[in-house]
Order: sequence, then C-alpha cells, then structure tokens
Amino acid sequence: MTGVRVLVGTRKGAFVLESDGKRQSWTVNGPLFGGWELYHLKGSPADPNRLYASQGSGWFGQLIQRSDDGGKTWQAMGNQFTYDGATGTHQWYDGTPHPWEFKRVWHLEPSLSDPDTVYAGVEDAAMFKTTDGGQSWHELPALRNHESGSNWAPGAGGLCLHTIILDPRDERRIVIAISAAGAFRTDDGAKTWRPINRGLKSEGIPNPNAEVGHCVHHIAMHPTRPDVLFMQKHWDVMRSNNGGDSWEEVSGNLPTDFGFAIDVHAHEPETIFVVPIKSDSEHFPPDGKLRVFRSRSGGNEWEPLTKGLPQRDCYVNVLRDAMSVDTLDPCGIYFGTTGGQVYGSADGGESWTPIVRDLPAVLSVEAQVLK
Amino acid sequence: MIRVVLPAHLRTLARVDGEVSVDVEGQATVAAVLDALETQYPVLRGTIRDHVKLTRRPFVRYYACEQDLSHDPPDTLLPGPVVKGDEPFLVVGAMAGG
Repeated sequence: MTGVRVLVGTRKGAFVLESDGKRQSWTVNGPLFGGWELYHLKGSPADPNRLYASQGSGWFGQLIQRSDDGGKTWQAMGNQFTYDGATGTHQWYDGTPHPWEFKRVWHLEPSLSDPDTVYAGVEDAAMFKTTDGGQSWHELPALRNHESGSNWAPGAGGLCLHTIILDPRDERRIVIAISAAGAFRTDDGAKTWRPINRGLKSEGIPNPNAEVGHCVHHIAMHPTRPDVLFMQKHWDVMRSNNGGDSWEEVSGNLPTDFGFAIDVHAHEPETIFVVPIKSDSEHFPPDGKLRVFRSRSGGNEWEPLTKGLPQRDCYVNVLRDAMSVDTLDPCGIYFGTTGGQVYGSADGGESWTPIVRDLPAVLSVEAQVLK
Repeated sequence: MIRVVLPAHLRTLARVDGEVSVDVEGQATVAAVLDALETQYPVLRGTIRDHVKLTRRPFVRYYACEQDLSHDPPDTLLPGPVVKGDEPFLVVGAMAGG
C-alpha cells in the first residue's frame, strides 16, 4: 500500500510523520535525538528505507546518523569532516581573512542510484562525499579551492553550502549553492567548478552583477527537466533554462520576492511554490498572513494559496530546506515553520492542513513516497 | 580502572547507563583517559574534542575532585583519588544555551 513519510528536522530533534496515500490522517513519531539540532534528514532515492540525518549541537559537534529501516532504528556513523589539504582563508563579515573552519553539515544529498553514496554540504562552505554509507567522509576540495574561494563571505547564517542538486541524466553534473557566494556547477564529478550566477543582481554587494558573492537561498529542479532551475535568492526569484548558465528574474507579482524555500510540483515542471517573507530584518510573512505562492507558468505570474493557512497574526519563517513535495497524484506539498508547524497539502496546494502544530522550530522537511 | 561520568547526551550516544570505566595504560593523564574512552566508545570521537587537533570542544569541561581540569595541559596527571577509582573523572556539557 502506498504511503508517505515526511522527515522533519528541528532545532531540538527529528520527527517522522507518516500517512497512507490519502494523506488525511498522520502519525507523528519523535522526538528522535531530542535536544540536538537536526539540520537535515533525507532518504536515499535508491532505497527509501535508508535514511541519513545531520545531527549536531553547540556542545558536542557534528554527528551523522543512518537508518536502514525507515527510521525505526539509527546508528551513528562517521563524523570526521576534515578539509583536504591547506584550508586557507575566506572573507569574514568585516572583510578580513578568516580561516576555513568546519562547523556543521547543512544538507545531505543521497546519490540517485547508490544508497551508500551521499554528498554533504557543510559550513564553512565545502562539499564532502561518502561512498561507504557514511562511515567515512572525504572532501571534494576543488570547490573550496575555486579561485574565488578566498573572497567568499558568510551570510547571516554562516558560510554554508546548503543546496546540492544531482542531475538525473548524469550524476557527475551537480549544482550547489552557498550563502553568500552564489551558485556553482560541476560537469565532471566535482573535479572542476564554475560559478553560475550570470543574471543575478544583488544590491547589497559592491558590484551588484558580480560573478560571485550572491546570497542564493535555495534552488529547485524538476527531475524531467534538469536544465531548468528555479532559485530563491535573498531578494528575487530567478529562473534558468540552461543549467544556470544564465538567469532571469521571475518574481513578477509576488508581494515580496524575499524568501528561503522554493520547490517544483512533482508532475508539472512549470508549477513552482515559494513562501514570500518580509525582509531585510523581519523575516516573517507580510501582513501576518502565511501564504504559499504558486506559479503555473514557471514564474512571473503568481497566485496566493491560503486555504487552511493562518491569515492573521502569523509571524513565523519558512527556512530554505523546509519545503518538499511528494510524487503522488495529486502532488503533495509540505512545509515547516520556525513556529513548529508542519503544513501539508494533498491537492497541489489548493488547501492546507497542519499535520502537527507545536514542534520545535523546523529546519528541514523531506517527503518520501513508500510503495 | 578510571571511572568516567559522561553528560546525558553522550551516554545516550554511547548507549551506556551511568558511569563508564576505562583502562589506561601508562600514566593516567587527561589525554590518556580520553584516548581510552574514545577507543572503547568510538562514537564519542569528535564530540568531546576535535578529531585532529584533539583540543577540547569549547562547551565541554573536565572536572575531577572538585577541580576544573579543563584548562590544564592534556598531559596533566589526574588526581590520586581518580587514579585509584575512588572518584570519577567528569566530562561536563556547559550549562549554557537554549
């Protein structure tokens, strides 16, 4: 029987939400790893019961947990993330050189074909890889050693590599994003990288059109059209039709084009979702109304989706990895808030229901379909 | 045999209840106890001190016999009562944070 599992990472533990294919009734399992920050959990596309979790705390550092049974039991795996070779410096907030220093894993991206292979995006920005199911991790250093690396500067959340997108046609082609360096792509399995930020314009940096230095918040791709990328930048929603070689703005009629999360409908590659957020400092929804905005034209024309979402007195945020879609029909969409709610829609965003209301602040949401 | 008290989160991680005991070969220094602890419970590597530099994590403290050994050199000998097993060596998570 078809079911859905939603993996939720929060500031104080992980939760596993499960439902059948109707997605009307949910069970909430957790907290797992209570008291720890769970920046991200994700299942292997090749084996949905193989889950990986990034667990950490300011006290005891970084851990990686792995489950082979869909989250029933977990085993701590290797947690040594040591940069390869001399680390050098990047720019600090005040513009001075600052040594590269590992802090945490923001994002885990399991291989599309091999459950034992996972990519990890870390702070300070770098990419690591395991090919033995998480027992050991090695850096893919060409990214950090890119000629622009010494000029990368952290965003407010740190110098974090938070987005990893694997091309289903060829897993050697990978798109990543770093706050606040921008987007980069490799076409050769991380041997070489190049910035893919042409068309981005960021008023907060000395050269608004710079090749590197943009605060990209998240990127999403539909697996049937790997060359079409959608980006939520610090400001601006952007679109690329050529794998990031160039971008155009598609913010259109959004009430604010700031936000963190962005995702693509599972069956409609031109249907995308964002959650506009008021900024630069507020980081809550405009007018206290929590609204998902949907574009069915790949951007520019947006409609608010409000049914079931609070339309007054709502001042939560939705973070970059806290939105996900399932592949059922109709497509399910899920997002979590810093107020601890996880909302789900089983009808492509037309209506929403809080699956759970009172979790710790939600950092990440990942949906899986189980058959 | 050195008795070691771990903070709750690390006991959960190491899947132990209460105190643990470790054998230390040679001199019973702070570093030797931590080496033995990490050998016995590899999952604790990186949680108390850095993997490579072996420096103490900032929000972790080492106490024994009502003394704070956190800032002492790693080759500091542990107090006699700890070496004899009368008193435990405490690994403490700082009381801080939200």
